[in-house]
Amino acid sequence: MWKRAARIFLYIIAIGYACITLFPFLWSFFTSLKLTPDTNKWWVPVSRLTMENYTNLIFSHEYPFFQWFINSLIVAAVVTVGNLIINSMAGFALARIPFRGRSFLFYLVLGIMMIPPQVILVPIYILLSKLNWVDTYYGLTIPWMVNSFGIFLMRQFFLSIPRELEEAGFIDGLSRWGVFWKIILPLSKPALATQTIFIFMGNWNSFMWPNLLASSEEMYTLPVGLSTLYGEYNAFWNHILAGTMIMTIPIIIVFLIFQRHFIRGIATTGIK
Amino acid sequence: MKRKKRWTSDPFMGYLFVLPAVACLSAFFIGPILYAFYLSFQHFSFLNPELSSFVGLDNYLRLFTDQRFHRALWNTTLYSLGVVPVQVSLSLLLALIVDSKIKGKTFFRVTYFLPTVTSSVAVSVMFLYLIKKEGLVNLFLSQFGIQGRSWLMDVDFALPSIMLMAIWTTVGQFMVIYLAGLQEIPQDLYEAARVDGAGGWRQFWHITLPLLKPTTFFIVVMSIIGTFQVFDQMYIISKGDGGPLDATLTVVLYLYNEAFKQFDMGYASAIAFFLFAVILILTIIQRKIFKDETYQ
Repeated sequence: MWKRAARIFLYIIAIGYACITLFPFLWSFFTSLKLTPDTNKWWVPVSRLTMENYTNLIFSHEYPFFQWFINSLIVAAVVTVGNLIINSMAGFALARIPFRGRSFLFYLVLGIMMIPPQVILVPIYILLSKLNWVDTYYGLTIPWMVNSFGIFLMRQFFLSIPRELEEAGFIDGLSRWGVFWKIILPLSKPALATQTIFIFMGNWNSFMWPNLLASSEEMYTLPVGLSTLYGEYNAFWNHILAGTMIMTIPIIIVFLIFQRHFIRGIATTGIK
Repeated sequence: MKRKKRWTSDPFMGYLFVLPAVACLSAFFIGPILYAFYLSFQHFSFLNPELSSFVGLDNYLRLFTDQRFHRALWNTTLYSLGVVPVQVSLSLLLALIVDSKIKGKTFFRVTYFLPTVTSSVAVSVMFLYLIKKEGLVNLFLSQFGIQGRSWLMDVDFALPSIMLMAIWTTVGQFMVIYLAGLQEIPQDLYEAARVDGAGGWRQFWHITLPLLKPTTFFIVVMSIIGTFQVFDQMYIISKGDGGPLDATLTVVLYLYNEAFKQFDMGYASAIAFFLFAVILILTIIQRKIFKDETYQ
């Protein structure tokens, strides 16, 4: 009897909190489908809902929304590819190639992981403005192509790959480079997937840096563009929420497809 | 490990493999940190660099007297004190539920995790809409006779509203870490306890909670570090100024405004190193307790 009551209580909490989690998404999505005159009505029949806000945003002449979307995509994709290559190479050397200064470098990587990125806000801005990289794709991508956490993750993963596989490659006449590309990387798909998800998501959602480094409307990424939309058009909630959904839905789809990798990644590393 | 073969002794290749990472880290992380440290002892003017001068510890001493900085630090501390305990206990509760014999585990786990993958800008906008004066939350509260208001424009309620939002956003992430911790508890401990006649509640207090201690500690530290770095939500909700009346001004937002609105970059760098020190101390405490077990 008591057991049964406890179980029902468990379900009530689980379902209740699921509602709390889902509701803001669903309510925002619902509002994003409303026509402007209906925006403040609580209930609108399904027949009056429309995709108009979405098409208006994408083809907008007032602000380059589509460009923001493309910018977000370019920046997140380029930074992710850069990180995958650079972090994996460094992680491989730290795990497998003995060289002088290797342990120093490893501790340096660990040290960098502890430093909050806000510390370099000012110097990065000064450096990039000296290079004339503020408000360019260079500034939004190149400084972010390496990630100490990614290096650490790859090193730990490479350490778990048996050495014999590598040695077999050498015996077959592959160079160090050949072993890395043809043997090690194909075996590292789980670690590469985890890294791809975290770095892509981090950059797609990133606000602080692009907000600082993209100053003209054409260079904004989606989060920066959306924050200005909220600032200027906050009477048009259906518009703003449609923009929010355009930013959110792709990442949720990616998450649903790769959720196992996501959740395993967080569980083993603790960070997002 | 010590096999001396041709292919294991080519340090040159080692340098080649780390070169891109080292170049990028030096140019865009280590160099900038050293420069920021230098700047923190300067009165630095971005617009007229020739007017810059060495001011010794002035920027750091100013941290002790600057009322607005104290306000920002106080807000950040309050935010942290408000968010961390709720976040940790709620994520433990949800992890225990998802880990129990419940149907639809995957659904609950994925659902609770959704806000974590959503951008802070999207979350802020959705909440701004929900809790605006004529928003749905106020309609709901009015059913219970509670007078709604513009929560985010109100000096007393702006920060607590953002706290609730932060808890909602990150609970899923910590729940997943707790789930991993729960998997590591040997099941035979529970069986032994059951044989000894311990009920669910006692099992929780005497087995689950003590064995989750390292996980809890890790989560608490991560949570404190996260709350001390908060910026996006405050920036969007207050449109950058930390209003109303500095009620949502946090350390990072103040740093940002000092650097890029006042252009007082020397002082901003001193604030940055203050933040660095706080986070470093927290991280060192955490590492000491974990004795680097995860890093070898």
